[in-house]
Amino acid sequence: MTKPVQVLDRVTIRFAGDSGDGMQLTGDRFTSETAAFGNDLSTLPDFPAEIRAPAGSIPGVSGFQLHFADHDILTPGDAPDVLVAMNPAALKANLGDLPKGASLIVNTDSFTARNLDKAGYAANPLEDGTLADHQVHPVPLTSMTLEALKEFDISKKEAERAKNMFALGLMSWLYHRPTEATVAYLEKKFASRPVIAKANVTAFKAGWNYGETTEAFAVSYEIKPAKLTPGTYRNISGNLALAYGLVAASQLSGLPLFLGAYPITPASDILHELSKHKAFGVRTFQAEDEIAGVGAALGAAFGGALGVTTSSGPGIALKAETIGLGVSLELPLLVIDIQRSGPSTGMPTKTEQADLLQVLYGRNGEAPVPVVAPCTPSDCFHAAVEAARIALKYRTPVVLLSDGYLANGSEPWLLPDVASLPDISTSFATEPNHEGDFWPYLRDETTLARPWAVPGTPGLEHRIGGLEKADGTGNISYDPDNHDRMINLRAAKVAGIAADIPPVEVDHQDGSGLLVLGWGSTYGPIGAAVRRVRATGARVSVAHLRHLNPFPANLGEVLAAYDQVLIPEMNLGQLRMLVRSRYLVDAVGYNKVRGLPFKAEELADAIIGLLDEGAGK
Amino acid sequence: MTQGNGHGNGAAVKLTGKDFKSDQEVRWCPGCGDYAILSAVQGFMPSLGIPRERIVFVSGIGCSSRFPYYMNTYGMHSIHGRAPAIATGLSVTRPDLSVWVITGDGDALSIGGNHLIHALRRNVNLKILLFNNQIYGLTKGQYSPTSELGKVTKSTPMGSLDHPFNPVSVALGVEATFVARSIDSDRAHLTEVLGKAAAHQGTAFVEIYQNCNIFNDGAFDLLKEPDTRADNQIRLEHGKPIRFGKDGERGVRLTDDCRVELVDVADVGEDALLVHDEHRAEPSLAFMLSRLSHGADGPTPIGVFRDVERPVYDELMSEQVEAATARQGRGELAKLLHGGDTWQLG
Repeated sequence: MTKPVQVLDRVTIRFAGDSGDGMQLTGDRFTSETAAFGNDLSTLPDFPAEIRAPAGSIPGVSGFQLHFADHDILTPGDAPDVLVAMNPAALKANLGDLPKGASLIVNTDSFTARNLDKAGYAANPLEDGTLADHQVHPVPLTSMTLEALKEFDISKKEAERAKNMFALGLMSWLYHRPTEATVAYLEKKFASRPVIAKANVTAFKAGWNYGETTEAFAVSYEIKPAKLTPGTYRNISGNLALAYGLVAASQLSGLPLFLGAYPITPASDILHELSKHKAFGVRTFQAEDEIAGVGAALGAAFGGALGVTTSSGPGIALKAETIGLGVSLELPLLVIDIQRSGPSTGMPTKTEQADLLQVLYGRNGEAPVPVVAPCTPSDCFHAAVEAARIALKYRTPVVLLSDGYLANGSEPWLLPDVASLPDISTSFATEPNHEGDFWPYLRDETTLARPWAVPGTPGLEHRIGGLEKADGTGNISYDPDNHDRMINLRAAKVAGIAADIPPVEVDHQDGSGLLVLGWGSTYGPIGAAVRRVRATGARVSVAHLRHLNPFPANLGEVLAAYDQVLIPEMNLGQLRMLVRSRYLVDAVGYNKVRGLPFKAEELADAIIGLLDEGAGK
Repeated sequence: MTQGNGHGNGAAVKLTGKDFKSDQEVRWCPGCGDYAILSAVQGFMPSLGIPRERIVFVSGIGCSSRFPYYMNTYGMHSIHGRAPAIATGLSVTRPDLSVWVITGDGDALSIGGNHLIHALRRNVNLKILLFNNQIYGLTKGQYSPTSELGKVTKSTPMGSLDHPFNPVSVALGVEATFVARSIDSDRAHLTEVLGKAAAHQGTAFVEIYQNCNIFNDGAFDLLKEPDTRADNQIRLEHGKPIRFGKDGERGVRLTDDCRVELVDVADVGEDALLVHDEHRAEPSLAFMLSRLSHGADGPTPIGVFRDVERPVYDELMSEQVEAATARQGRGELAKLLHGGDTWQLG
C-alpha cells in the first residue's frame, strides 16, 4: 500500500509527556535523525525544575520542541504544527500554544479518569469537543507497545516504558526520517541489557509499521534536505559548545584550564562536560560555594592558568566581590553567566536576559569588565574563545553572558577547521621591567595591560591585593590623585578594547528608517521576524551586538543613521537604557519576560507596528 | 615525598631571614603581636631551603592579612574570608609551590568559615596560619567568633551573647590532618611548630595566640607571664606523658569514663598520665585535649595536636589528569569537536 506524500518546507513538532516518559530522549533522537537527513533545525527543550514532579500532574510535564526545514532557519518555531501528547497533563499544558488546524497525536491509553482528574479535566477532552479546531489522531500508544512486546521476557512496567520509542517510530514514519542511527543508538545505550535494547528497537519499529499500515494516518510528509554550506556538521547545544570553546581557548592559549564552579541550573552541564576532559589537562573543582568557585579560579589565574568560573544569575551575585578583586588585581578570569529567570531563585529552568546590568554594574566601586554575549548555541563556542582572548590580552575578568535558551537549545554546527581558530597565546613576564626592579603595574602602552608575572619566576616576587595600588609599582597607595588615575586607567583599558573588536555589522535594507538592535539569544527570533517583515514588502534593518562592553566603535554612528531603533529584550529594557544614555538615541523597547524565547510573530508585529507609527499611520 | 610544598626540582638554596623582608614599611600598631610572628616566619623561611619565588602568601582581610606585603615572596592580599578558596585554586594548579594562608579569627572563622572547613576536609596542600587575638582589630574593636562569652565591646555594650569557637576544636572536628597551636611571643616554639607544619603533606592548620595590645591587651597573659606560664602552658610533645607546671607536677590523664582531666602527678603516679600521640589516626582524643580550655582561660595545650597522613587533594587531582591522559592520550581538539554524531554536506 502506498500512501500519498505531501511535501512541506518546514515543520515544528513538540513532544510532551510526563517527566518520566522520556520526552527529552525522544526529542534528541528525532533531532539526530533529522540532522542526519540534512534538514536545518533548531530545538528547544522545556522541562520542569522538579526532578520528578508527581506523575500525571501539570508541573511534571516535560516538553521538547523541534523546528526543521528545507532551508536555513533561526528559531525552534513559534508554535507547534504537531503536538505529541503522552497524557492529559501534557495536552492541557501545551494546548494553548497550538494554532487552529494543528495536528495532535495523543496517547489515548493515558486518558483514564484518574489522569484526567490529575490534569484538572472535568470531562475527557478527546470526547467533549475541546479539540474540535485540531486534527486529532487518537493512538493507543501504551497498549500497542505492550502488544508489540508481549513475547518479551520483561515486566509490564519495562514494556510500558518503551512507549516513547513507539511514538518516535510513528513520527519517524510520518516525516520520512532515517532510522538506522536510532536502532544503533538503542543497541548501544542498552548494551548491558540486550533484552531491553531489543524491546525498544521492536517498539520503535512497531511504531513505524503502525504508521505505514493504519488508516489513521492517510498522508505522510517529506521535508527535503536544506541547502547548507558544505562541510562536516554535528548537532550541538549551547552549553556543550561553550565547554568545547573553553577547552579550545586553553589549547589556543597554551594555558591549562581550571574551572571552579558550584552546581546551578542551567550552568551545571558545563561543569559536567569539562570534568570529562582531563586528558586536555583540564582541572575541574566543585567548590563549596559560588564564592569559592570564582576565588579558586582567580587563584589559579594568579598561578598562570586560564581560570574560569561558571554560574547563573544568583551565583554571579555571590561572586561580585571576587570579580571586583579580579578587576583590581588585573588578572585574566572568565566568568560565565548562563542567565535564567530572576529575581532571586525565579524560574531556574527558564530563560531570561536580565543579568546585563548586574554583570556590568553589580560591583562596588568603579569596576569595569568586558562583556561578550553569544547569539546561537554553536556561537557559544566562538564566544568563549573571544572572551578568553580579551581576558588574556587585557588581564581582566571578562563576563560571558549566555542564557538558558542557548544553553539547552541546539542546532547543526558546521565544525570549524581547528587551524583557522585564532591564536590567543599570551606571555608571562620573565625579566625586571623598571631599572632592575619589577613593577607589577607598569602597563603596556597600547593595551594598558599590566605584566603577568607568575609565582615561580625568579626575581619578580611581588605582592598584589585589593587595596588601591600606586600606578606602576603596585605598592599600597592612598594618594588621592593616584586613585583617580588608577580608576581612569582601568576604565580606559576596558574602553580601549573597542579598537580591538569588529565593528557591528548591519544587515541594512535600502530605504529603511528602522533598525532592530539585539543582543544574545534574541538573534534567532529577531532574524526570523525581520524576514517575515521583509516578506511583506516592508523595509527594516537589523544589527546584533556580540560585545556589550565595550560597545563596537561604530555603534553610535550606526544608530544615528536610523530614524527609529527598536531593541527587543527578555528584560525590562537594559540594553535600551545603556544605548539611550550612551548615545542619546530615543530607542524603544519590546520587552517581555515570560521565561521563554520571543516568537518571530510577536516581534514581526512589533516591527510593523513601529513602522506604521514611523510612517504616521 | 612528593614535589609539593615548594621543593620542586631545584637544589636547596641558602637564604637568610633578611632575604624574606620586603621593602614595604610595616604598618601594624607598635607592640602588636603580629611583629613577633612576622619576625619568626621570616627567620624560619630560610630553613625550608625553598627559593623565594616558589613561596606564596595568600591572605584575606584584617590586621593579620597585611602580612603578605611584608614578605619578599609572591603574595596576594585578597578579600575577606576567601583566602583558603583562592589558595586552593593556586595550589592545585601549581603543585610546585609552597602556599601559605595568613588569616585571623574573624577572617577564618566568621566570614570565611565555610572555606576554612572545606580546605581542611579536602586536605589541600596549604599551610594555614590563623592569628587569633579574640577581637576585631582592623574594624576597631568588635567581638570576634573567638571572644569569650559576655565580652563587652563597642558592638556589645552589655556583653556578647555568642558562644565562642575554639579554633583547634573546629579544625579537629572537620578532621584536619595537621592541627597545632602556638604563641606569638614564644619564638622557639612557634618556629618548631612552623617547621612541622611545612613538612606536612596536605593542609596544616596552626592557631597562633596573638596579642592585640590596643583592643584586647593581655588576652593570653596566663600563658605568657613568667609567674603564671608554667601552670597554664600544657606543652604537647609526641610520645611523652603530658605534664606541665614548674616542676612538671601537674599532668593530664584519661579517665575510665572517657574524659581527659588535669591531675597532680603525685596523686595518680606518672604511669597514669596520658602519653601524647600526634599520629593517632582517630581525632577524638586530640579533640578532647583541645577542650581542656576554651581560649587560654586556664591550663591550655600548645604544640601539635594532630599530624596524620591522608591523600592530598592536589595530588589526587593531578593523578586523575595523568590517568586520563595515559588512558586516552593527550586530548586533541579536532577529535573532540568531531566526537559526536557528525554528518557531511556537499
